[in-house]
Amino acid sequence: MLHIVVCIKQVPDSREIRIDPKTNTLIRQGVPAIVNYYDLHGLEEALRIKDEFGARVTVITMGPPSAEKALCQCVSMGADEGVLVSDRAFAGADTLATSYVLALTIQKAEDTWGPVDMIFCGKQTLDGDTGQVGPGIACRLDMDQLTYVELFESLDIEKQEVVVRRHLEDGVERVRARLPVLITALDILNRPRRASLPGVLRAARYKPIVWTTNDFSNLDRSKIGLKGSPTIVSKTWVPEPKQVNTEYVDSANVVAAATDLLNRLYATELPQKLGWS
Amino acid sequence: MAERTGKRKPMIGLQPEGDIDWSSYRGVMVFVEQRNGQAKPVSWQLIGEATRLAAKLNVKVMALVIGWQVSELAEESIYHGADEVYVCDSKELEHYRTRPYSRVCLHVIRKYKPEIVLMGATNTGRDLAGAIATHLPTGLTADSTQLDVDEERLLLASRPAFSEKMLATILCKQFKPQMATARAGVFEQLPRDTTRTGEVIQVPPQMDPGEIATEMIEFLETKGSVNLAEAEVIVAGGRGLGGPAAFEMLKELADELGGVVGASRAVVDLGWIGHDHQVGQTGVTVRPKLYFAIGISGAVQHVVGMQNSSYIVAINKDANAPIFKIANYAIVGDLFQIIPAIIQAVRTRKLERLQLLKY
Repeated sequence: MLHIVVCIKQVPDSREIRIDPKTNTLIRQGVPAIVNYYDLHGLEEALRIKDEFGARVTVITMGPPSAEKALCQCVSMGADEGVLVSDRAFAGADTLATSYVLALTIQKAEDTWGPVDMIFCGKQTLDGDTGQVGPGIACRLDMDQLTYVELFESLDIEKQEVVVRRHLEDGVERVRARLPVLITALDILNRPRRASLPGVLRAARYKPIVWTTNDFSNLDRSKIGLKGSPTIVSKTWVPEPKQVNTEYVDSANVVAAATDLLNRLYATELPQKLGWS
Repeated sequence: MAERTGKRKPMIGLQPEGDIDWSSYRGVMVFVEQRNGQAKPVSWQLIGEATRLAAKLNVKVMALVIGWQVSELAEESIYHGADEVYVCDSKELEHYRTRPYSRVCLHVIRKYKPEIVLMGATNTGRDLAGAIATHLPTGLTADSTQLDVDEERLLLASRPAFSEKMLATILCKQFKPQMATARAGVFEQLPRDTTRTGEVIQVPPQMDPGEIATEMIEFLETKGSVNLAEAEVIVAGGRGLGGPAAFEMLKELADELGGVVGASRAVVDLGWIGHDHQVGQTGVTVRPKLYFAIGISGAVQHVVGMQNSSYIVAINKDANAPIFKIANYAIVGDLFQIIPAIIQAVRTRKLERLQLLKY
C-alpha cells in the first residue's frame, strides 16, 4: 500500500492577531489555534489518493501538547495516524531546525509503517510565511520536490510517476516526477472535505502518537530547537502606520474629477517612474 | 508500496562541506532568475540593492546565471551592476528544476564563497533558496523587504511578520553565506549602463541529464498574464462592482495604464474573477507604484496585501469605507460614472502628448 505523510502545523489564526496600540506588542490571547490553512489542502490531496488507490496516510506535526487537537482534526477527516513530535528541546526552531526534526520523524515513520512514497506540505504557514520547510525536508531526505502545486493531474503506480501543475507568477508548469516526491499545496489545489461521522467518532477517541527527543536514537541535539537554528530575530517592531494625507477629489462633475485626479497623479514622481510621457 | 533496500543514506545538510573559514567568504551574490533567456525584473532590482551592500562591505557584486542559451544575461547582469558573473549554460538547465539548479548553486557558492546570497522571493526563488540553505546548511530569511549590513558584516534582513502587522530583522551569525529571498518591486534597479565591464566565469553543470528524475512537460503561460507580484500598476475591484461584467471596465483602465487587474477576496470567492487576481492575505501581497482600489471597502485582510503601494487611489460610494484612510487620493462617488471618465481622461492626455510631440 502507498504510504503518504502529511506535514501540518497548528498556528494562531493570524487574521485574528491584533497589535496592542499601547505596548506595540502582539495580542495572542484569545486568538484561535487552527490547522494551517494550506496544510489542509495537502491533507485533502493525500486523502483523495487514499480514496482512489488505497493508502496509509500519516499526519505529523511538531509542536506543543495542545497540537494533538490539530492531529485529531486530521484523523476526523480520514487520516490513519497522527504523530505529534513534542519536547521542550524542540522549541524555538527556525526552518532549518524544523526541517531536521520533521525529516527525522518521517524516517522514523518509515521504520514504523514502511517506506514513504509521497509527502504533502502546505505551501507555507500562516504564522511563518516562509515556505522553506517543505523544500528543507525534501533536501534532507534527498527527494525531489514539487512546490506550489495547483493541480494533481495523475499518479501512475506502475511507473511510480506523478504529473502535477505548478503555479508560477507568469504561468503554469506541467511537471512529471518520480516517486518518492514531496509536494507543497496551494489552496486552489482542492477543497478540503468535512469530517465524516465515523471520522468524528474515531477522532473523539483517538490519542495521537507522541514522540519526544528520547524516541529518536540518532537525534543530534545540537541541530534542534533554538540552538539548532542559525537565524536569529534581532529586532521586531511595529511599522509606523502609513501617514496618509488623503486628498479628496471633488466628484460633483465626473469629467472634471477625472481630469483633476490625473493632474494630481502627474504632479507626483509617477510619470517618471512609470515612463508616462 | 515503495520498496527500497539497503542502508539509508545519511541525512543531507547536517554539516557544512568544504571551507568553513568564514572570513574567506567575500562578495554579494544574486541569483538571476530567467525564463527563455528573459530575466525577471526582481533579479535586476536585487543586483541594484547588492551594489549598495557591496559598497558598504567593500566587496564585489557577483551574479549567478543558470539556464540554456543565457550568455546574453551575463552581459546584462554586468550592465545592471554585477562585477563578476558565473554562468552555467546547458541544455538540461533550460527549464528550472530544483536539483540540477541547486547543485550548480552549491558548487558556485562553495567554490567562490560569497558572504551573502540573494534571490527573488518568487515561487522559483523560494523553491531554490529553501533547498540550497538546507543543503549548505545556512540561515535563510524569506521575503525580505529591507536589507542592510552592519559593522560586523552581518546581513540584516527585515521582513513582514504576522500578516504584515510587524517587521522583524533577522540575521545569521553561525554560517556563511547569509541568505535571503526578497520581494519584487521593493528595491530599485540601477539604470542599465552598457559601458560597464566585468568578468564572466563559465561553470559546468553538476548533474548528468540521466540523474534528473523530474521533467518539465510544458509551460502554459497565463492568459492575459496576471503577474500581480511584479505589476507596477494594479487596478483592483471589489464587491462594489456589483458583478463580473464591470471587470471589463477595470481591464480597460489597466490596459491604458500598462497595469493588471486585481481583486478582493470577496469577489474571487463569488466567482466574478479568477483566484490569480486576488490581492491580500490569502492572495498575493503587492507593492505597485500605483494601486486603484475600486469598490473595495478595505477589509484588513485586503489592506495588508496592498498598503505598501506607493500611491493608492480609492473610489467608493461609501464615504466611510476604511480604504479611504490609507488612500492618497479619494473619490467618493459612483464608480460606473467615474471609471469611464478616467479612462477617457487618460486617452485624451495621451493624445495631447502625441500632438505635442508632432510639433
